[in-house]
Amino acid sequence: MKGKSNFVLLIFAIAIAIFPVVVGSVQSISHYVDVMVFAGIFALVSMGLSLLMGYAGQISLAQAAFMGIGAYASGILTTHFGWPSSVALVCGMILTGAVAYVIGVPSLKLKGHYLAMATLGFGMIVHIVFNEEVNLTGGPSGLVGIETLGLGNLRLESLYAWYYFVWACVVVFLIFCLNLVKSRIGRAFLAIHADERAAEAMGVSVSAYKVKVFVLSAMMASLAGSLYAHYVEFINPSSFNLMWSIRFVLMVMVGGLQSLWGAVFGTIFLTFLSNEWLQVFSEFEMLIYGVILLIIALFIPRGLVPAIVETIRRRKFAAKS
Amino acid sequence: MLTVKTVHTYYDGIHALKGVSIHVSEGEIVTLVGANGAGKTTLVHTICGFLKPAKGSIKFNEHQIHLMPPEKIVSLGIALVPEGRQMFSTLSVEVNLEMGAFLYRHDREYIQQMKEKLFDRFPVLRKRKQQLAGTLSGGEQQMLAIARALMSRPRLLILDEPSMGLAPLIVAEIFKILQGLRNEGTTILLIEQNARAALKIADRGYVLETGKVVLEGTGEYLLGHTEVQRAYLGRGTPHIWEA
Repeated sequence: MKGKSNFVLLIFAIAIAIFPVVVGSVQSISHYVDVMVFAGIFALVSMGLSLLMGYAGQISLAQAAFMGIGAYASGILTTHFGWPSSVALVCGMILTGAVAYVIGVPSLKLKGHYLAMATLGFGMIVHIVFNEEVNLTGGPSGLVGIETLGLGNLRLESLYAWYYFVWACVVVFLIFCLNLVKSRIGRAFLAIHADERAAEAMGVSVSAYKVKVFVLSAMMASLAGSLYAHYVEFINPSSFNLMWSIRFVLMVMVGGLQSLWGAVFGTIFLTFLSNEWLQVFSEFEMLIYGVILLIIALFIPRGLVPAIVETIRRRKFAAKS
Repeated sequence: MLTVKTVHTYYDGIHALKGVSIHVSEGEIVTLVGANGAGKTTLVHTICGFLKPAKGSIKFNEHQIHLMPPEKIVSLGIALVPEGRQMFSTLSVEVNLEMGAFLYRHDREYIQQMKEKLFDRFPVLRKRKQQLAGTLSGGEQQMLAIARALMSRPRLLILDEPSMGLAPLIVAEIFKILQGLRNEGTTILLIEQNARAALKIADRGYVLETGKVVLEGTGEYLLGHTEVQRAYLGRGTPHIWEA
């Protein structure tokens, strides 16, 4: 079993590594590398959200806001204060973690829709702050002139460097999260999801675990936000509004709530869908998302990746017997 | 071992426990009977730390536990078999058991040993160990709930209505298991609506009515008490049926 999951990871890593070589050689789809950089950045957010929603069972509509805090921390610290980008990125993560802790302790006492509403409210507040603190954030017109990410003399200059860096981050976090889920902590998340009261009776300190996973997911979103800011070199509040939080929830649900692989593939799928394949429908994007969500919820509630894996397994089983 | 002293607890704004005092000594089966809404479950939740008492104190051995968080109370050696089983129904039987030993999560060997021991005690669980807990029958789920609670090797086992919704044959089996556990030295606090079966195996019992202890005594004494017979055992009131 363990060998098998390592094998899948290896295949995935190889596929990621050769993707730009293959795609780059075909003129008409060579910009897919750029789309994949975005998909990788968003995958960091959705993996964190998968831990929070799929495993621990806590809904959050504030992931875009956490991403925004990371992005603005990076943007402001590098442009206004001239900090090195790598330091700004780490500071952004620490700041976001602290904010998530302060928000999480009271709001994670809420359940279901109420938790969703509380995180939604928080997301709105953050969005308003980005819009109104014009001196720091540049307001609605955004923050320009953010430098690319670098450490000392090493700087991410080319698209390919960005591609490999972002996806290396994704793979590292994927391995980390896969191990976390299999550990006792992961079991505790699942127990909390299944029945909080019973988990408590088993000696799981439910509120502490909930806050921890909330902070972890927020810090992953913050990292993604910083990468986004340094990659695009421009940020404005509309990249971190409620629609984006909903998009992240959708990415996780399409791929499979209780599956980290699902989060990654759901993110790639939806990023390509919105940036590439459905551009003609751009005005109706949300309508199409709604339809997708409806189809997933009605026919494949566990999400695409678990459903596909299950189908393959059944085929194999049928072929054997 | 466990001493609950004039505890008052409010639940959803209702004064659910109005000065309840009970005690459980080492090696006893003590049962708590009472009608719906008498406050039995509230008392259990107060002992386990899910609810905090407004007044009064709870002592377990030498520890004051009424202000402790649930996970601390579990670590002192109190395990709960919650009302309605409350399985982790989306997880397998085996994982459910392992969750019971969550406090010992760093000790793989201990968990493995306890698991084997409990599989020997409840062979049906061994057969079903890969199955999701939600797919077990009611009786099997109750066995699993008890086994899960035993995984932490508790000194005091609290069971909240273990017979709820189960067939009489299975209820008898579960009560036999409880007696076996007592003989091995586990102290048991048993909350039951099935008063007759519970009082039969109990050393002592308490009758709870609208948040107060109205009667206490040995199991035999309570079984023979006319009030108990009338209210909980359905005896001695033929005139009601005739009317």
